[in-house]
Amino acid sequence: MANTATVDELGHSPEVRGKNYLNQTAGVWSWLTTVDHKRIGIMYLVSVLVGFGLGGIFALLVRLELLTAKKTIMDASQYNQAFTLHGAAMVFLFIIPSIPASLGNFFLPLMIGAKDVAFPRLNLLSLYLYWIGAIFMLAAIVTGGVDTGWTFYVPYASGVSTTSVISATFGVFVMGFSSILTGLNFIVTLHKLRAPGMSWYRMPLFLWSLYATSIIQVLATPVLGITLLLLIFERAFHIGIFDPTLGGDPVLFQHFFWFYSHPAVYIMILPGMGVATEILATNSQRRVFGYKAIAFSSVAIALVSFLVWGHHMFVSGQSELSSAIFSFLTFFVAIPSGVKMFNWLGTLWGGSIRFTVPMLYGIAFLFLFGIGGLTGLFLGMLSVDLHLHDTYFVVAHFHYVMMGSTAIAFFGGLHHWWPKMTGKMYDEKLARVGFALTFIGFNWTFFTQFILGTRGMPRRYYNYLDQYQPLHAFSTYGSWVLGLGFLITFICLARSLKTGAPAPANPWDSATLEWQTQSPPITENFEKAPIVTLDAYERPAEETA
Amino acid sequence: MSAKAEALGGAEETKLSPQFHVAHHFDKADTQFDAGRMGVWLFLVTEILLFGGLFCAFAIFRSKYFPSFVEAHHHLDRVMGGINTIVLISSSFTMALAVRSAQKNEKKKTTLLLAITLACAAMFLVVKYFEYSHKIHDGLLPGGNFTAADFASGHPGIFFAIYFMMTGIHGVHVVIGMGLILWILLRNQKNEFSSRYYAPVENVGLYWHLVDLVWIYLFPLLYLVG
Repeated sequence: MANTATVDELGHSPEVRGKNYLNQTAGVWSWLTTVDHKRIGIMYLVSVLVGFGLGGIFALLVRLELLTAKKTIMDASQYNQAFTLHGAAMVFLFIIPSIPASLGNFFLPLMIGAKDVAFPRLNLLSLYLYWIGAIFMLAAIVTGGVDTGWTFYVPYASGVSTTSVISATFGVFVMGFSSILTGLNFIVTLHKLRAPGMSWYRMPLFLWSLYATSIIQVLATPVLGITLLLLIFERAFHIGIFDPTLGGDPVLFQHFFWFYSHPAVYIMILPGMGVATEILATNSQRRVFGYKAIAFSSVAIALVSFLVWGHHMFVSGQSELSSAIFSFLTFFVAIPSGVKMFNWLGTLWGGSIRFTVPMLYGIAFLFLFGIGGLTGLFLGMLSVDLHLHDTYFVVAHFHYVMMGSTAIAFFGGLHHWWPKMTGKMYDEKLARVGFALTFIGFNWTFFTQFILGTRGMPRRYYNYLDQYQPLHAFSTYGSWVLGLGFLITFICLARSLKTGAPAPANPWDSATLEWQTQSPPITENFEKAPIVTLDAYERPAEETA
Repeated sequence: MSAKAEALGGAEETKLSPQFHVAHHFDKADTQFDAGRMGVWLFLVTEILLFGGLFCAFAIFRSKYFPSFVEAHHHLDRVMGGINTIVLISSSFTMALAVRSAQKNEKKKTTLLLAITLACAAMFLVVKYFEYSHKIHDGLLPGGNFTAADFASGHPGIFFAIYFMMTGIHGVHVVIGMGLILWILLRNQKNEFSSRYYAPVENVGLYWHLVDLVWIYLFPLLYLVG
């Protein structure tokens, strides 16, 4: 894409070859004190994968418990802790930082031809804050667990629960700062550090989605911060703001919480959409259809995300007028989402499609996001939601969005950029097996839950009526296939580090800038600062064609 | 900034801010300066949203428990609040002058102005300390801790919950601000700032103005309006 003045075909002088960001310096200390966005991205990657593993273990335990209608392996209070920790670990340790902080940190500067993010030390601070928050959350697990659900609803969380709510919420509070600092860093980097010729409309669409994500992180997360701070003070000192016996208002907590946590859903999904766009463009071998439509739909989703939080509260006692307005506004989310969907399909149309491993994830994303997005419309409709609220239909819906879309896009992106990050190719056959089991296991587990939900099975119940048992058992079997799929994927990726073939600079023949430097990149990213002369996804060959 | 730097001439320029160099990932000093300032403005936006939650809670509970809020706000000391308002506005003024003197290479003046700003911040906290101990003594405390007698209305504890949360978080910002001002004061003593490089002074100044601004909203809302 960029016309870098080349020394050899990769743009590197001979003495540079052999040196890269991984072997430039050695030792644990050189990693812990690094300000290189690539190393920070890798450390984030390892951290969020540990969070994912932790959340995954709790998920398997929850599913195992639900195999039978009464007690299977744990008692009721342990079950409450298991689903709370599954949710909290997956949301705060994994999904929120997953794509932006790992893949985003690594590739945002590379994709705009910069040497680093605008504030490298702040970037490292953000990682440390994430670790500190995670330690508080882990401390909560060992010192009594948390059983409030990941939403920490009051008055249960502020008074009734006897578990370590303060430690867990303080951990989330600290991790919020990490998220804010990453978002702030990305916004400034995109404004100030684009390479010469890299105009806004030449940026890969992944960066537009990260820009929109960063706006939400900066604007929404502080509200979560003050909400959790008030919750901590409520629990520790009974200040009364959320306590109805002192005149406080528990519904206010829900408003505050969802004012962050609904936009946070788009912190989770927007980067996934961006990754999917990169994968689909690379593997269709053509330019993205409707570039500006996809770019602006990301920003539109970010803006609309702030106006719809009340749809989580249709049965919480907010006024019917508010509910009707929130329901109406919720449907606006469908417009930019639909714009994206049709432009992705337009990109595939007429492309010469290669079914590489990342592309399998990319296409799975389209299917699963389609299902997750459309079932969201059911729930946004006031009259339907009154029946489906707090049932497994909701559980299935948000797993199709968070896991089926974001996590699948994350793993697609991991396979897409793995050669660039590690310099190694993975075993494609094994990766395909891992993908297939993940995809089958995911639908097996969660499509079943749509049916459970429409039949009236409420979420978070420990004991349930016998009539639901066959479907619950079926869903649990699916979770084992899903777990096996991820296990194989991890083994495949880990094995490639030892035995993988060296990766070429551009194994997928992609048009974006990060593939124009060696794999893995040198510490300074590019041997010679790139000058961009082509549009996004435009190949030099196209000029003559 | 760059025009000024050029006007100074090469030899003199190297004498100023010897420690300063442009970080490797910026193309020039101007870009680095702009990026830093943009980062601080974005940070200030997050601060406004943080306080925004509390302002929102204030508005909701004030409309819900209007008589309690009117009754409770008479127990705040308007004189002390007024003194603190004047103190903070003055400190914002000296901070702005300190940025200007840093830009003009007037090192001693910068140190003096920063010291005055620091003294004002300390005075603010001393006055706040007397206000808080008075409230604690009278049992004018948040929610479940409220023990003051002879209140006619139902929920004064909610007013004091919001009062202590808002002024408390603001107070924490004042303490952090004092740390930051002290930090740039010491750096100024080490000759690190000049017309070529004064970004930290300006950025701490921006933060300090926000701390002042938040108080300018808190004072009338909590102390004055009935």
